[in-house]
Amino acid sequence: MLGPQSSLVMYDEEYQRILLLLERLLRESNSKVIFLVDKNGQLIAATGETANLDTTSLASLTAGNIAATGGLAKLIGEKEFSILFHEGEKDNIHISIIGGRVILVVIFDQRSSLGLVRLRVKKASNELAIVFEDLVSRTEREAISSSTPSPFAEITDDDIDNLFN
Amino acid sequence: MSFINYASREINCKIVYYGPGLCGKTTNLQYIYQKTAEESKGKMISLATETERTLFFDFLPLALGEIRGFKTRFHLYTVPGQVFYDASRKLILKGVDGVVFVADSQEERFDANIESLENLKDNLEEQGFDLEKLPFVIQYNKRDLPNVSSVEELSNLLNPRKVPELEGCAMSGEGVFETLKAVAKLVLNDLKKGG
Repeated sequence: MLGPQSSLVMYDEEYQRILLLLERLLRESNSKVIFLVDKNGQLIAATGETANLDTTSLASLTAGNIAATGGLAKLIGEKEFSILFHEGEKDNIHISIIGGRVILVVIFDQRSSLGLVRLRVKKASNELAIVFEDLVSRTEREAISSSTPSPFAEITDDDIDNLFN
Repeated sequence: MSFINYASREINCKIVYYGPGLCGKTTNLQYIYQKTAEESKGKMISLATETERTLFFDFLPLALGEIRGFKTRFHLYTVPGQVFYDASRKLILKGVDGVVFVADSQEERFDANIESLENLKDNLEEQGFDLEKLPFVIQYNKRDLPNVSSVEELSNLLNPRKVPELEGCAMSGEGVFETLKAVAKLVLNDLKKGG
């Protein structure tokens, strides 16, 4: 499991595996949009009808939501609430935690149902958890191996100044 | 902590503005929002009460440009400053990469600054962070007001470690981007060290 303070690093190969899993979940659960968010509020991946959605804001608010309900859970002696469900007039949001650090968000309407979403999410969660475990071990391996130096090791003060010009 | 995405070639970092109630954290973000080009910013979200006091957080995503072929994105958050929102404040610090402490320079807020800084240390510790090791800058805000403590006095009290400190007036924007730049620099330098 990813520790709360380790940087999350995403590589192309794992990203493609994640996207495939999300796309399959989108089809199988008949949902509208699916996205994956880091518990710190960073958007990891999104699929479905995302064109008119502010996914950055959604990611940040989802993380805030999970953090707030996590706080509530601790107050009553629970470790966390691993599933949240918000029911709207047309659209609903199903939020679940994967592997302790990543949040899976599924938005669906009347074309699907809570039961179907829960069932498909459960299956996909296990598979996504494996990808994230692989990602953690790869990050650790890459950190040790000197053959792939960090692309940021060479950052200069000028590079940083240029960002603000 | 930071999120490095090799697939989309992006770096994402989280910066939190901390400080006592009404010190100008939200005003800092609002100024940045107003003065940033459309294509570089996302929507600013403020979860506030009806009287515009921050209830949970403000959030402003910024895309600053590319560094070594990686898009650099900063997510700016503020915490609710009022003392009784401590439970919410702790949550915002999760995964933080850099902290800006916005101090209220007015004499009557002297104690509130100290209390808030102590609270920041405690809450960071609870999340497993050590303020001494985090990218950290201090902004002495509201320098335009008549009843302010001297910068020297504030610095002696709030900044024994002599981290970068800046004078500001968030209402008019003075020092706002300088503060952001100072903390961004520390965060990116941290990344460079492989933090």
